[in-house]
Amino acid sequence: MIKKRISMIVEYFVLILSSAIALFPIFWTFTSATNKSIDVLAGRVLPGAKLFENLHNLLKAANVGQAMLNSSKYSILTTLGSVLICSIAGYAFEVYYTRAKNMLFNVLLLSMMIPFAATMIPLYTLFGKLDLLNTTLGFALPSLSTALLIFLFRQCAQSFPKSIIESARIDGASEIRIFFEFFMPINRHTFAAGITVAFMNNWNNYLWPLIIMQTPTSRTMPQLIANLTSGYVTDYGMLMLAVSISILPTLVVFLILQKNFIEGITGAVR
Amino acid sequence: MPKNLEVKSRQDVISWVFIFPAALLLLITKFWPIIKAFILSFQSGVGLNTSFSGLKNYARMLQDNLLHISIFNTFFYLLLQVPIMLIIAIILAALLNDHRLKFKGFFRTAIFLPCAMSLVSYAIIFRSLFARDGFVNLILTKLNILNNPVNWLADPWMARIVIVIALTWRWTGYNMIFYLAGLQGIDPAVYEAAKIDGASAFTSFRKITVPLLKPMILLTSITSISGTLQLFDETKNLTNGGPANSTISISHYIYNLSFAYSPQFGYAAAVSFLVLIMVATLSFIELKAGDRR
Repeated sequence: MIKKRISMIVEYFVLILSSAIALFPIFWTFTSATNKSIDVLAGRVLPGAKLFENLHNLLKAANVGQAMLNSSKYSILTTLGSVLICSIAGYAFEVYYTRAKNMLFNVLLLSMMIPFAATMIPLYTLFGKLDLLNTTLGFALPSLSTALLIFLFRQCAQSFPKSIIESARIDGASEIRIFFEFFMPINRHTFAAGITVAFMNNWNNYLWPLIIMQTPTSRTMPQLIANLTSGYVTDYGMLMLAVSISILPTLVVFLILQKNFIEGITGAVR
Repeated sequence: MPKNLEVKSRQDVISWVFIFPAALLLLITKFWPIIKAFILSFQSGVGLNTSFSGLKNYARMLQDNLLHISIFNTFFYLLLQVPIMLIIAIILAALLNDHRLKFKGFFRTAIFLPCAMSLVSYAIIFRSLFARDGFVNLILTKLNILNNPVNWLADPWMARIVIVIALTWRWTGYNMIFYLAGLQGIDPAVYEAAKIDGASAFTSFRKITVPLLKPMILLTSITSISGTLQLFDETKNLTNGGPANSTISISHYIYNLSFAYSPQFGYAAAVSFLVLIMVATLSFIELKAGDRR
């Protein structure tokens, strides 16, 4: 009994310590956003009263509104597009299984091994020729179809009852309607998981926009933040405010969808 | 019968229509560029004025000191960080799977939350925390662990360690979720039976949890290895490759070759092909090792 008690205490200790380590930098970022640069460096962890001063400086130093708008536009459109394209493909690979399709699926999975660094130069020159630099489509195209999402939705289609498809067909539903009206709502957890993963990846995408978003009006939030630190003197209060603003959307999306996210991953890998 | 056949062939057409956009996009944005990069790797020149130069780029790789440093660094991050992170992730997942535990949801969310951070943001947060006049030095000197502040990011080895710490902070929760998902498939009765047989918590962790998580361990190690080999955002924003390029990663070097120095696309393509070969080889070895078990 005592042994059991001790093991529980150790468990709680490890988990509380891990949670504290995980949360502290995030907490520190938010409180630093309300402190003066000097106080941030002096190790102040409590919230201060300089939020509006930092905001004032930040708005003067960089066009945050434009970058937030750009990041939102690029990531929302790319996320919706990629979840739609990949879910319908993953569904088709499983539901209309043929050997030819299965081979294609395996070939597409190989693309997971292709490092982005290896493709960025040809993509950059191609997109330059197609006039896609500084455009939403240019941002989206390399992220619209990903092997990981196709894989996720194919796994999820495996546990989707065939009887639902059969009976819907007998009722005269078209194939596309079966996908939208049966598959999608039933597997909403997996869709939530797909949206969470895709949105985070798109919002946080840095290398690709760094290459193709070259005009000040097309820049994204990660680019803006990276630029804020390039000067000689860094205003940490202002910088942490910019970081706080940029992580809010992903935090909100994650906290709203997290239950679905974990269930979606679990459902897909079972 | 003819009607049925018609239905079947119409379904066949529709199914290919469903697959077409995803397949075409991957073809254009992944497979075509990698072939193009392969061709480019046999050319040299500055900017877009390139001409065929045979194996010159590949020969240059042998002489390129900075490339060797970047390969060393990338493998240093890989060999130190990936095992530490995956072991912590499995332990945390096993703890969270304990049904007696309270506040599970809170712990899970807290440990996963770093994943919601953009790579740029957390790199900058860690750069600030580990700055010479930053928070970590302040705490360590106040607690008398250090006499003088350490200039973490100015020392090559300390800077590499900071990158490893940052990577572990950001990605442990992410991998933990996959293990948690894998553990949901394990019947709690298995653990009960082990306990009745007198197995300690550590024994059942080693003999039940780890073997049953093999597929997940395989998946997470492949994604972690390929992620680490493509490391860019962190070295760019935490140390900018410094001090004096001592923490630069291969992907960061490729970026510099293509976009920071005078562009040498041919050579950069050759280096990026090296990354592809490394990712493919390591994944292949992993898959083989996974099969054998």
